Amino acid sequence: MEENKIYTVSIYTENNIGLLNRISAIFQKRHINIESINSSVSEIENISKWTIVVQLTEDRMKKIIGQIEKQVEVIKAYYHKEDEIIYQESCLFKIKSELLFEERQIQNIIKESNANIVTVNKEFFVLEKSGRAEEIELLHRELKVFGIMQLTRSGRIAVTKDEMKISKMLEAFSN
Amino acid sequence: MREHFTLEENKDTLVAEKMSGSEAVIKCLLAEGVKTLYGYPGGAIMPVYDQLHQYQDQIHHVLARHEQGATHAAQGYARISGQVGVVMATSGPGATNLITGIADAQIDSTPLVCITGQVNSKLLGSDAFQETDIVGISTPVTKWNHQVTKASDIPKVLAKAFYIAKSGRPGPVLIDITKDAQFEEFDFSYQKCVGIRSYKPIPQVDEKKVQEAAALINSAKKPLIVWGQGVILSEAESIFKAVVEKTGIPSAWTILGASALPTSHPLNVGMVGMHGNYAPNVLTNECDVLIAIGMRFDDRVTGNLNFYAKQAKVIHFEIDPAEINKNVNADVAVLGDAKASLTQLLPYLKEKNHSEWHQRFKDLYTIEYEKVIKHDLHPTKEGLTMGEVLKEINKQSNGNAAIVSDVGQHQMIACRYADFNITKSNITSGGLGTMGFALPAAIGAKMAAPDRDVVAVIGDGGYQMTIQELGTVFQQRIPLKIVVLNNEFLGMVRQWQQLFFDKRYASTEMTNPDFVAIAKGYYINAQKVTKREKLSEAVKEMMTSDGPYFLEVGVEKEDNVFPMVPAGASVSDIRLE
Repeated sequence: MEENKIYTVSIYTENNIGLLNRISAIFQKRHINIESINSSVSEIENISKWTIVVQLTEDRMKKIIGQIEKQVEVIKAYYHKEDEIIYQESCLFKIKSELLFEERQIQNIIKESNANIVTVNKEFFVLEKSGRAEEIELLHRELKVFGIMQLTRSGRIAVTKDEMKISKMLEAFSN
Repeated sequence: MREHFTLEENKDTLVAEKMSGSEAVIKCLLAEGVKTLYGYPGGAIMPVYDQLHQYQDQIHHVLARHEQGATHAAQGYARISGQVGVVMATSGPGATNLITGIADAQIDSTPLVCITGQVNSKLLGSDAFQETDIVGISTPVTKWNHQVTKASDIPKVLAKAFYIAKSGRPGPVLIDITKDAQFEEFDFSYQKCVGIRSYKPIPQVDEKKVQEAAALINSAKKPLIVWGQGVILSEAESIFKAVVEKTGIPSAWTILGASALPTSHPLNVGMVGMHGNYAPNVLTNECDVLIAIGMRFDDRVTGNLNFYAKQAKVIHFEIDPAEINKNVNADVAVLGDAKASLTQLLPYLKEKNHSEWHQRFKDLYTIEYEKVIKHDLHPTKEGLTMGEVLKEINKQSNGNAAIVSDVGQHQMIACRYADFNITKSNITSGGLGTMGFALPAAIGAKMAAPDRDVVAVIGDGGYQMTIQELGTVFQQRIPLKIVVLNNEFLGMVRQWQQLFFDKRYASTEMTNPDFVAIAKGYYINAQKVTKREKLSEAVKEMMTSDGPYFLEVGVEKEDNVFPMVPAGASVSDIRLE
């Protein structure tokens, strides 16, 4: 049996209602869990770019790309291995402000983690950390002991190291 | 929401006129050449039905007795004509009742446009009366779907719907129109959709791949063609026949490919798959080159994939790129419309006859004949067999009838033994296996092909799933022939219970009503036969009667369908008994 690996899927689509349902249904039908999903603008106006992270075999991955590309409003879909992309995710921590002043350790953690303080007020401060999953997880573990009021984490976003062949195709669309 | 269209200038249809969204729906249908549609009215679609009334001299709405029946009727219409079948229903339960037919059309690549009414756009999400998220519900079983909340979107969305349903690998499309959009007035104009930038329905045939395929075919010693519905959908029958005849390659069909090449053609070696013929199943695992044309290697065709044609080089002619390497890896994949691909292929092919290889098929046919076919078609036991009924239908129709079958034992028997002289003659629910398909599908088929004999062959189980469509047959006076092969069992399930569940017949025996009385209740001529000596006369009476006719044949209760590839087995381990 081929082993499960992490793949990052990039999908370029029209920006239409219902497409999220249509794409997630392709994974649901095959009983595959989506680890993270992100939809955003792309380098081309009015074209959405989706970034989906899944764990499965390459054989299944290929077949799913075929099913995704088959959808009428999907322009192109690709999958990437971990070493083919530059990827990041982002996390916000909301923490009691008093800790910032009382716990010296927190200041060190923030410094070392390259996290940014987004805002500080009397009650709380918000820390933003972008990076790879492991870095965010490390920061999370370190902050957890002090107590976190709120935590939210984004899905992965990624760009490829190599040129995306789609770019030229999309340029033709916008002309 | 944005829509992208490449629009064709067509002066005939470019008339700006003030009208309501509901009238625009009808105008769009007329512009797409729709003459018949199937449906059921209700609150949220009433404005469109009001317009159907206004336009009844131009477009014929057939009132089904259940929305599911409307979808299957539209499927039958589409399958026999190659045109898009059109369905209309109201919101909520009307819409959800379409789902089985839509799922059936999706898996069997049947072009449908389904139009559903929806509650007023201001009420969306309020759990209004008969509100259901039909776009959400139908997403996984449609090729495309869309909700319209503004009248001005109706023409371009319907144009797109017809284009998507019919182009490339066909499929069902659902358009949900809110009631306020139906009432809203706007300046109507219609332009057919000829392209969508994100959608490339027909891949360009790659000449190099065609040459690679030809080289493999020309060097093959034991080639086998397996063709599917792609040949029919691309209307490639004559070029396909030319390829088969020039190369002399034994050719077998999937259930949906049936009738693309006449049954009697000497190179037609029968059906592949679970209840297919012995020779093509066994020799799938002996051929050196397997040429798949417009088929998708369904599990009912391949049996256990680990033991499927492993010795063969596989050439796959296919329009849908997602089908390549999905179930069976292709050594050469030729993407494209079957007709275009085969047309390019033909000149590269060498004339051959493969007579020794052919003899293998003949020898295995003889074995199958002795073990199975003889007993099905020329039984010596007292009870009637399903096979002899099919044989009689063949005789009385000269093999020119379109056979619309339901799902189960009778379906396998119908596909195995019906003579198909004419293409688009085998209308059945292949992929989804929808019991209840045949009666309504036959209604649509007969309406689309009024000059053809259309015979619905149905089991006693499936018949009762959509039996209410007899009301449609009666109201529309459709001269349809309905044959129910009654074994008082859900026969296929019973067969599996016998073979794999130690004869524990859980919920498969049926206590049936008087089917003849029911048909007569709908003023349909009807009779029942249980004796062999009466069969021929009864079938003749049915085939020669002018109006609709119902024939019930009481058949042997516990007959099994063989050959059979048991679940999980290799196709070459097909059982004859």
